[in-house]
Amino acid sequence: MAEQYRVLIGKPGLDGHDRGAKFIVRALRDAGFEVIYTGIRRTAEEIAAAAIQEDVAAVGLSSMSGAHLRLFPAVIEALNQAGAGDIPVLGGGIIPEEDVDILRQAGIQAIFTPGTPAATIIAAFTKACEEHHRRHR
Amino acid sequence: MTDKHPALRDWEEGELKKALTRSPERQKQFTRPGGGEIPRLAMPAAISDEYLENIGFPGRYPFTRGVQPTMYRGRLWTMRQYAGFSTASESNRRYRYLLDQGQTGLSVAFDLPTQIGYDSDHPMSRGEVGRVGVAIDSLADMETLFEHIPLGKISTSMTINAPAMILLAMYAAVAEKQGVGPERLQGTIQNDILKEYVARGTYIFPPRPSLRLITDIFRWCAAHAPQFNTISISGYHIREAGATAAQEIAFTLANGITYVQTALDAGLELEVFARRLAFFFNASSNLLEEVAKFRAARRLWARIMRERFAAQSPAARMLRFHTQTAGSSLTAQQIDNNIVRVTIQALAAVLGGTQSLHTNSRDEALGLPTEEAVRTALRTQQIIACESGVADSVDPLAGSYYIEQLTDSLEAEARALIDRIDEAGGVVACIEDGFIQGQIEEASYRYQQEIETGERIIVGVNDYQVAEERSVPVLRVDPAQEEAQRRRLAEVRAGRDQERTARALAELESAARTEAPLMEPVLAAVRGYCTLGEICGVLRKVFGEYR
Repeated sequence: MAEQYRVLIGKPGLDGHDRGAKFIVRALRDAGFEVIYTGIRRTAEEIAAAAIQEDVAAVGLSSMSGAHLRLFPAVIEALNQAGAGDIPVLGGGIIPEEDVDILRQAGIQAIFTPGTPAATIIAAFTKACEEHHRRHR
Repeated sequence: MTDKHPALRDWEEGELKKALTRSPERQKQFTRPGGGEIPRLAMPAAISDEYLENIGFPGRYPFTRGVQPTMYRGRLWTMRQYAGFSTASESNRRYRYLLDQGQTGLSVAFDLPTQIGYDSDHPMSRGEVGRVGVAIDSLADMETLFEHIPLGKISTSMTINAPAMILLAMYAAVAEKQGVGPERLQGTIQNDILKEYVARGTYIFPPRPSLRLITDIFRWCAAHAPQFNTISISGYHIREAGATAAQEIAFTLANGITYVQTALDAGLELEVFARRLAFFFNASSNLLEEVAKFRAARRLWARIMRERFAAQSPAARMLRFHTQTAGSSLTAQQIDNNIVRVTIQALAAVLGGTQSLHTNSRDEALGLPTEEAVRTALRTQQIIACESGVADSVDPLAGSYYIEQLTDSLEAEARALIDRIDEAGGVVACIEDGFIQGQIEEASYRYQQEIETGERIIVGVNDYQVAEERSVPVLRVDPAQEEAQRRRLAEVRAGRDQERTARALAELESAARTEAPLMEPVLAAVRGYCTLGEICGVLRKVFGEYR
């Protein structure tokens, strides 16, 4: 990677299962990203505020509790409200196939379900960050 | 017949005879297909001192071979499927279905707002109501949840931690309305806050007041509900978070040590409360390591209770445990393969001597399990129990060179880790400085890297893949039920005696500000239909929140 991208990994809602989120944090770091992890149990507003404050190029969300249809779009909404709707948002977790399209339509750029190789996720973050940087130059 | 070793004769005439007198075995005789008797307890030809010290007899210290002299020849493990979703009435329907299907105990899953002490109308609850479990806002919901289920006859396990006292109070209050006194209640509350800080995440209060609530529950149950398991000290979630087998034993038993010490410091009687401690472990796919893990955990806990706390009675030294198969091992790819994984894991739990078992459903990497998938999971246990024959001889893998060696080394590894925690000032200090979390994270990362590099094969994920259409039906929770739950909550709030509610909450607050036991004021609040969120709100105000 030519330049170091900064991304935020967030756990919206009440779900405490963050093994996957923590793995992605570390895998992204190993791939050269600068990663901020919010920790568990954050509101959409807290995640959006952190993303803006840290000036990240992309946000990754993780949810295992089944509340993704409400929580992921809520983060997009919070980013829009704060005038940062151009930050790309990606998501992952236990997400049924039929919800993937709904989330994409709500503006989530990519959804990763269990078993996705880390390389695929890293590539998606790289692409999202590159596009974001290009728009801001 | 040659001379029996005196220790064997002593066990037969002692523990075994007592167990057989109390209740006969499931069958008069256990035989192989086509004949040939199955021994109750296979023994080495020559019994050495080392055998007696490390392996011994089932139902006798150090319990390596199990906690009951006859194990599953006497009674099979309790088949207990963890369930609960959406509303109390929907969950009640699922419980009655499971009981009809031959399940022998209930296990209640609560939704996240309930687990974190928020009512369904709290802003943080939005989108989470009734998702991963049932929403309980007040005693009214609990009454619905157990409608037509006789609480004097059934045992109920409740996965609830930070607000465990409130849910236990609600359970006791529902039983009371059924005419069942607390002395007849059977079941378990998870009530294990320490692992929440390192693995599961549903904490509310800081460690110290949380430990006070736990000790208060020990005290109340010792006096009023002596058959109820006051805690389920859980390695399950620690393992799910990525820990190794040795770490699972070590961190779980270290938490156990902390609870015992806290209760002793509060002046509780060891021999009374120690026998109501229960444990909860994970069963992963590495079959032989898991069997050894259960045996090692049992032996190590017995030794800790004897050496460190001077526990005298067998019941106070005995590690009884529930097992759940490893959720994190399930794959979203080729989901039928999960049935095979769960079978191997369940077999490990049974060969390791579990007291109760939950088997996961094949579709749980996709979402909440469907009724049909849950039935297959339960059938898996029934096939192991009725057809595999492994339940017919006690601790059948004992004496295997590999199993015994692995049991020894897991015990030694776990003991070394517990020593490290002790040296660093105990569990609470090791949570605060992140030592335990760091250890788990490191193990988790290593494991996942092995999968990424292909060093470790997960069938269907990084090898043996097929192209597949992944539109499998999953259980959907109707979003409208969240609104309905909020309406019910509003009705309860409107219909209760407001003065009584306010008084109960005020009394709870003043008790919380002193050192007074809290179970009685919580019971009073619950009976007056104070909500879970209101009660936790009072405690949040007094105790503060952990972040």
